Amino acid sequence: MLNTLVFVGSAYALFLFAIAFAAERAALRGQARWLRSPIVYTLSLSIYCTAWTFYGAVGTAVRSGFEYLTIYLGPSLVLIGWWLILRKLVRIGRSQRITSVADLISSRYGKSNLLAVGVTILAVVGTTPYIALQLQSVTLSFEVFGVGDIATGEEKGHTALWVAAGLALFTVIFGTRNLDANERHNGVVMAIAVEAVVKLAALLAVGVFVVWGLSGGVSGVLDKIDASSLGQWQMDGGRWVGLTVLSATAFLCLPRIFQVLVVENENETHLRTASWAFPLYLGLMSLFVVPIAVTGLEMLPEGSNPDLFVLTVPLSQGRDGLAVLSFLGGFSSATSMVIVAAIALSTMVSNHVVMPLWLRYARGGAKVSGDVRGVVLLARRLSIIGVVMLGYLYYRLSGGGAALASIGLVSFAGLAQILPAMLGGIFWRGASRLGALVGLTLGFGCWGYTLFLPSFGAGVFLPEAWGAAGPFGIGWLRPHALFGIEGIDPLLHAVFWSLALNTGGFVLASLASFPGPLERLQGAQFVNVFEHSAAPRSWTGRVAQAEDLMIMAQRILGARDAQRLFEREARRQGMAETLPAPTPSFLETLERELAGSVGAATAHAMVGQIVGGMSVSVEDLMAVADETAQLMEYSARLEAQSQELARTAAQLREANAKLTRLSVQKDAFLSQISHELRTPMTSIRAFSEILRDTTGLTPEEQRKYSSIIHDEAIRLTRLLDDLLDLSVLENGQVSLNLREGLLSDVLDRAVAAAAADEHAAPLRIIRDPAAERVWLNTDLDRLSQVFINLVSNARKYCDAARPALEIRVHRGDRLVVDFVDNGSGISPEAQDVIFEKFSRVSDQKAGGAGLGLAICRQIVTRLGGEIRYLKGQDGAAFRVALPADIALAVE
Amino acid sequence: MAKRVMLIEDEPNIIEAISFILSREGLSVETHSDGTTANDKLRASTPDLLILDVMLPGKSGYDILRELREEAGTVDLPVLMLTARGQTRDREMAERAGVSAFMTKPFSNAEMLEQVRTLMAETS
Amino acid sequence: MTETGPPRRGKPPVFLERQSYRRRRVTDAARVLPFIGLLLWLIPLLWREEGEAAVRSSSAILYLFGVWFLLVAGAAVLSAKLAAQTCDGTAEAEGRGGEAP
Repeated sequence: MLNTLVFVGSAYALFLFAIAFAAERAALRGQARWLRSPIVYTLSLSIYCTAWTFYGAVGTAVRSGFEYLTIYLGPSLVLIGWWLILRKLVRIGRSQRITSVADLISSRYGKSNLLAVGVTILAVVGTTPYIALQLQSVTLSFEVFGVGDIATGEEKGHTALWVAAGLALFTVIFGTRNLDANERHNGVVMAIAVEAVVKLAALLAVGVFVVWGLSGGVSGVLDKIDASSLGQWQMDGGRWVGLTVLSATAFLCLPRIFQVLVVENENETHLRTASWAFPLYLGLMSLFVVPIAVTGLEMLPEGSNPDLFVLTVPLSQGRDGLAVLSFLGGFSSATSMVIVAAIALSTMVSNHVVMPLWLRYARGGAKVSGDVRGVVLLARRLSIIGVVMLGYLYYRLSGGGAALASIGLVSFAGLAQILPAMLGGIFWRGASRLGALVGLTLGFGCWGYTLFLPSFGAGVFLPEAWGAAGPFGIGWLRPHALFGIEGIDPLLHAVFWSLALNTGGFVLASLASFPGPLERLQGAQFVNVFEHSAAPRSWTGRVAQAEDLMIMAQRILGARDAQRLFEREARRQGMAETLPAPTPSFLETLERELAGSVGAATAHAMVGQIVGGMSVSVEDLMAVADETAQLMEYSARLEAQSQELARTAAQLREANAKLTRLSVQKDAFLSQISHELRTPMTSIRAFSEILRDTTGLTPEEQRKYSSIIHDEAIRLTRLLDDLLDLSVLENGQVSLNLREGLLSDVLDRAVAAAAADEHAAPLRIIRDPAAERVWLNTDLDRLSQVFINLVSNARKYCDAARPALEIRVHRGDRLVVDFVDNGSGISPEAQDVIFEKFSRVSDQKAGGAGLGLAICRQIVTRLGGEIRYLKGQDGAAFRVALPADIALAVE
Repeated sequence: MAKRVMLIEDEPNIIEAISFILSREGLSVETHSDGTTANDKLRASTPDLLILDVMLPGKSGYDILRELREEAGTVDLPVLMLTARGQTRDREMAERAGVSAFMTKPFSNAEMLEQVRTLMAETS
Repeated sequence: MTETGPPRRGKPPVFLERQSYRRRRVTDAARVLPFIGLLLWLIPLLWREEGEAAVRSSSAILYLFGVWFLLVAGAAVLSAKLAAQTCDGTAEAEGRGGEAP
């Protein structure tokens, strides 16, 4: 029997693979229309009915009567009231390209990844036990068929592992085939639709068998019910209401439901069909639960597990075929739930946990889009395997006992914590990120403390004493009696307080905080989604779109180019109006045109926003950010280049100015030289002509004029010598003739040479022989030349009545020789230029060419020292400072 | 009565040479070596001819000439300008300032004398 | 469930008014239906649970599933009506009624 079952199970699994594969193939061939009919959509919603409800509903009915119905009533009401919430949720999901419930919350609150991570964690924590529950139910159902065969827990584990591995494989294959921006999985949806039919058929078959086969028709079964222990209506009103609300909430928040309800939604109108068809489905699923329960109670021995009546009732009647069908129904319930949950969770984990981390740590690798694609797919696959294996581990660790049985509602309550942030997000613009964060944290914490952790049993996670006396003896913090309110059903207690704290925190924090701009934008788009997104395929919408496109294109391309483009496209479409219809090819062309101006991602996002009412998805934003980054990089480069250009231009200007200055200097220099040379030559020529041409010159005149010619010739020679000297010094071609000598000797020679000028007035020279006893090692002739110049300048220009020149020598870190006379000094404006060529202190007074000080400066510089005019002295004062190392130790 | 030439020049040897040449020609020569006082001297006693150096201490020959040309008494005064800077630009500047004749140093005595004669003839 | 409704014809405004009024009421009904359902499903809480007068389970089943299938039928009718008017492109505008920014 067990082998048959394994065979049937495997065959069924292969059949599902084939269905999914065929659906994918059909979708590729473009025949997805029938795959995506409203009925398939409705059937895919049936993943709400898991193995827990397939088997467990009967068990619940046995234990708590009609309470099992609440699990179905909530979702039925939600769908019947689709106009209120689901319509908006689906529209938002489609227009914002929402990929998961975590993405919805994150998108709404300013694309906050923190929130996304929070919701993802919540979802994983809430879903993992649920997956474990599915594995357990499959294992249990196997056990039913082979009571004698499966003896050890070890083998149970094997069954669960095989199932888990098979499910992971299926999900990886069909859940990550394509990485569509819309996250739609044709194969998976088709397979779960088939499974939905199988489980409904199985339950109905068992029900029909029970009613008409075993109980003699409707009246018979009703009598039987009344006669049974369930015969009287008994209901805990709090739980009836509470569980209905909880299941309605969970239907909106469960990640797997969100996946099929919103993400996989192909067409909004499908929701309209589902609004009545899905409640019908749920009604049929729950219709025969009580009859089966009653029959099981009646026919099976006391102590039989009521959770497995769906299997054991047909088995006990020898209806093996029916039992196998029922097994397949339970198997379908379990597998479809695990598959979709794994897809939904893996989307969240990879989008909100793995990808952000990868993008952060693999910076620079994200530029190639194919690269990211590969990483996303890998992340999805690993996440799927991780999620399923986590469920398996949970199953193994928890031991698969009674602890699991209650986990369904615990899980519901945990995921229900998303509701305030979700509903607040789509109906209240004031809902803020902080509010969502506070609400989720409070709700999640409260749920964990009051329901989830205690669900493992007293003393496992929370100390036993806490349950009785509260943590640290604080009574009002007891997990099952918060704030001292006792005697409530633990589940209701937890749901009430967690949702109350959650909602309260959410509202208060939202009221108190101020949302950021992106948050407010998203808030407006979510809450007013029907104004921001066009109704699909509406004729008026089309015209408006074309106009909007035109306006946008004009803004970007410029009016003339945009009009030309639109006219061309309209002509191509054969339309008389100037506005072309927004056909895909036109949109593509337009997008390409715009991409040239604003980048592909931006263009896509802009066109998408207008045409599909699509808002910018996370991927779009990432791409836009990428483009922006590239643009910024580009403009940064441009800026750097232009700065470089500016620098170069400045350098060029400077060089040009220098050249101009040099040119001016050169002109001035040549002009000066010309003047200095021509002046003596004028005298020479004039007097030589006089001597030649004039008759009757007295001998005295002849002698006088000859000596003028002689003097001027000497002046000319001296001038040429100076020029040559200066030129050599300036070009640095002079080689220093280093010798050792006493400073006093050098000064002696300079004073003597300057005194040789017989034209000069007498000059008293004051010296300090002791200070001058410094041995030098330098070019003594050149130094002497400098001193001669300074002394003779003093002799020439000192205008004191009794001219005197003091030569002071002192040694500090440098050897300093000052020449200070008692004249009127040099005027401040002249001080700046006296070291320039051809500058004369007073014009022509002494007939020098004005090269002396220029030569002095060149020499001193060559000797490694410095010469400058000393300000603030009585008369003209020059300081020659020489480096200390040319002065040898004092003798 | 001998015609009067005023010479404004700062180089003593050149003054001596020109004075010698012109006095041999029978002209009376008055010399000044300072640019700043030249215009006053000219106003005080206007000569028949002015020989003007460009590079003068205190005031350039161009400035003296420009000022001269703005005054009624000296607007037509023949001026021979001597310069040791022989560039075209200097000649142009002299012409703009209103020079009558322009000679570059060093000059030939004969040519200089010829210029002086020409200029004197024009005015008389 | 068909997308292609009757093409819009140039009807006099007075009929349009009336039509749009009807549409409003249909969407109102769609909004109210789940609350009616909830209310009906809460009624069993008022039933007596003890003694002879206690409601029998068979009646409870008939009532609960009766409500259920009535709701399904109601939802199906409304969905068909809503489908008919969405094709005219006005339903979305109606839908905005309660969601003014």
